[in-house]
Amino acid sequence: MSQSAADPLLDITVRVNGVRRTAAAPARRLLSDFLRHDLGLTGTHVGCEHGVCGACTVLVDGEPARACLMFAVTAQAHDVTTVEGIGHDPADLDPVQQAFVECHALQCGFCTPGFVTTISAYLDEHPDPSADEAREAISGNLCRCTGYQNIVAAVLRAAELRREREGTP
Amino acid sequence: MGEKVQRREDPRLLTGNGRYLDDLGRGALQAAFVRSPHAHARIVDIDIADAWELDGVEAIYTWEDLPGRVAEPLPVLIPHPAMTHARTGYCLARDEVNHVGEAVVMVVARDRYVAEDACARITVQYDTLPAVVGVARARDGDRLVHDDVPGNVAANLRQEVGDVDTAMAAAPHTLTLELAIERSACMPMEGKGVFARWDADDGSLRLYSSTQTSTGVRAAVAAKLELPLAKVEVVTPDVGGGFGVKIVHPWPEEVLVPWAARNLGRDVKWTEDRREHFVSSAHERGQLQEVTVGFDDDGRLLALDVHFWHDNGAYTPYGIIVPIITATQLLGPYKPGAYRVEFWSLYTNTVLVTPYRGAGRPQGCYAMERTMDAIAEHRGLDRAEVRSRNFIQPDEMPWDHGLMFQDGRPLKYDSGDFPASLAKLKALVGWDDFAAYREQAAREGRRVGLGIGCYVEGTGVGPYEGGHVQVETSGRVNVATGLTTQGQGHQTILAQIVADELGVPFDDVHVTTGDTRRMAYAVGTFASRGAVMSGNAVALAARVVRAKALRIAAEALEVSPDDLDIADGVVSVKGAPGTSIALKTVAVMSNPLRYAFDASAAAATQFAGTFDPDTPPVGDDDEPGLEGQDFYSPTQATFANGMHAAVVETDPVTAEIRILRYCVVHDCGVMVNPMIVEGQVHGGVAQGVGGALYERMVYDEGGQLLNASFMDFLMPYASEVPHIETDHLETPSPLNPLGIKGAGEAGTIPVSAVIASAIEDAEGFPIRSMPISPAELWELRRRHAASDPHPVPVQEDPR
Repeated sequence: MSQSAADPLLDITVRVNGVRRTAAAPARRLLSDFLRHDLGLTGTHVGCEHGVCGACTVLVDGEPARACLMFAVTAQAHDVTTVEGIGHDPADLDPVQQAFVECHALQCGFCTPGFVTTISAYLDEHPDPSADEAREAISGNLCRCTGYQNIVAAVLRAAELRREREGTP
Repeated sequence: MGEKVQRREDPRLLTGNGRYLDDLGRGALQAAFVRSPHAHARIVDIDIADAWELDGVEAIYTWEDLPGRVAEPLPVLIPHPAMTHARTGYCLARDEVNHVGEAVVMVVARDRYVAEDACARITVQYDTLPAVVGVARARDGDRLVHDDVPGNVAANLRQEVGDVDTAMAAAPHTLTLELAIERSACMPMEGKGVFARWDADDGSLRLYSSTQTSTGVRAAVAAKLELPLAKVEVVTPDVGGGFGVKIVHPWPEEVLVPWAARNLGRDVKWTEDRREHFVSSAHERGQLQEVTVGFDDDGRLLALDVHFWHDNGAYTPYGIIVPIITATQLLGPYKPGAYRVEFWSLYTNTVLVTPYRGAGRPQGCYAMERTMDAIAEHRGLDRAEVRSRNFIQPDEMPWDHGLMFQDGRPLKYDSGDFPASLAKLKALVGWDDFAAYREQAAREGRRVGLGIGCYVEGTGVGPYEGGHVQVETSGRVNVATGLTTQGQGHQTILAQIVADELGVPFDDVHVTTGDTRRMAYAVGTFASRGAVMSGNAVALAARVVRAKALRIAAEALEVSPDDLDIADGVVSVKGAPGTSIALKTVAVMSNPLRYAFDASAAAATQFAGTFDPDTPPVGDDDEPGLEGQDFYSPTQATFANGMHAAVVETDPVTAEIRILRYCVVHDCGVMVNPMIVEGQVHGGVAQGVGGALYERMVYDEGGQLLNASFMDFLMPYASEVPHIETDHLETPSPLNPLGIKGAGEAGTIPVSAVIASAIEDAEGFPIRSMPISPAELWELRRRHAASDPHPVPVQEDPR
């Protein structure tokens, strides 16, 4: 039997980083694959494909979500923010990204986009965390390089940078 | 050098602009594999007919489809005379499978979804065979992994220095320890991956691989595909961690993907998924050990006799590097007296075993440090004091152990100040105040323990790495080295080194790693060798360029090169900074072909002067261009060292184990970038904590890996890794121009030993098997309480 018709393509429209994006993909396409392969936004990384490592974390309507546990069609008509939406210009970093540079909070960088999105959303709700709270905030994401210590420091530094930038007219 | 320079790599990686393997080749065909569900079986039949019916399937390959050298067994990378029974697998299994996860059929399809659909439609019939799982079972030898390997023994190696039997017989005290350590794995966040682009017009191949050695992959693939080396280039993109597993090469997929690309005339890509990584990459660490030690009343070693049995998994493509390192690096900072070590490297029907950060050292350190604690316990001595009494002293350096190291060269320590390191560690952790802390904790109903572990790490093994430095007429400095990068910050530290050596701004220096188009000769990134090898190589290359720049500038300025200096990209006369030439202008002058394309070329004309019509524009011993290349090749490894201490708390009721403090004193010689060294230590300790308390590969008797996911294999999150306190000693290596020693693996090596030591101290009974879970500790408590109200930690040899 031929399978050619069994996987029909759907036009999926998602608002990604503030821009309406449409691509044709089958219903079973994971949001992570849709972002990476259909839209070419490869900043979202896939580390486990079973929702544990957090590398693929994106913000859906502002809330952290594992893009590998969602179908792209589920994101239809929702707002998705990827690491590129947090800041895509290496010369113009967001406070969280800047804090990661200053604190040496990344090594290989593979898990990093998931941390950046997670921390961004966290700081929106908790602008002034303690060190323990910062550690708790990142404890759903796996990193195999850094031992997390500098990521904790980066959360605190990012909070500081955000306050500084907000304080600047 | 020596500055905490922020990393050059970071802004790109932080903004989604990194390019990892799966980010390349959009639109390429994708490969997926049917992998063996059995640990040991014969392949009876493979039925692919149903899979071919799927729309989008481009190719299906079994072993029988493979031509020539692609069909031959994979190479044994590092043969050794003691490895009498080396066995490797095929790119696709031929007749027999020897572990769950071994690749049997390759499917290439429009995308990964279709490729996996096709895999699900392929039926493979197997005749299952009894599986050999675990070191003890392999050692029994009643079941065989490979029919023609008696006793499952891949290798048996024995080294002896001095007369152990005589020294042991004369020793006032002896102890024997039976020890075990379990499997873990590198588990980089990015698995392996390969992307191949065949250029049919040019008859050439460009291969991208998430590897720790681009030159090695290039040579392997050229040989397998029977292509001229000149027609193969291998580029390593951003790599999402390695930790050892990506130094093995060629992986079957590194051969099959480019072969399929050439066959199909299409770009082909394979990206390993997490389950594949668990069952078809590599693990490490699993050993059983037996240590007999003879010592005097003061706890000084007189004789050390070590036997261990090493689980090498189903195949031995990487040889016996791991057990050789265990056998030699076990000695740590100590003088063992007479030393004998013998190991057996054994086949099991499990994923193959190749180096994982530490590469056999964690096991060796564990054996030695458990022994040190046992001696201290036996003699009623302070554990740090026993270690101190056995240290090799600074004035005894270089210290030759009389053994052969992993690189086939003598195990000879170049430098180190172990007493100073220990003093720093004791101060950092508050060693002498711990008794008071313990008493106070006890009054609060808490149980705490202090642990210690010392290690020496051979780093920066040869044979060589190269550096190429080129100054463009724009002033941009291009640096290339062949080894690869997986997060170590090479683009930053190598730029720091070249900026210092050449006298140019850091921002002008741009580093390329792991690209065979830019540096064809290289070894790879493993054995904590990146900074030592490529750091020194680019320094030497920069010195070549500096000398050439001074020579050209001296001629133009009509002064002696000795009177010139280079700073901030400008060559000037010492004491007369007004008399100068920009280095970019020197770059123009280095090339007699000077089209006035840019401002630098125009400026150079003022120095053109007169020329001798009888000499050629490029002299006999000269080359055009302001560039140079050099290679660093050391006579031996350089030995870093460190000492860790931890304070743990064990819950009196639940046996939960918590690390309260973790302290590291680390000596990797001169630090190029202390921030990066510190990061390496942090990450290493985190992996060590995983290996000590959480991570293990749980195989059942049939050879099924029961925890092949991040749900079940417990890699530490931020909530499991303690805050790490560090202090550094910088004892320069006398072996290389920059005085550097490697730092990559150090953090991981002693952690299991340290945590075992701390738990033992808290509980009062010996810890002889790691990792340890709360359930296991609880069970140990129960057994010790039942057998003896005052358990003796170790048994004196009855002899």
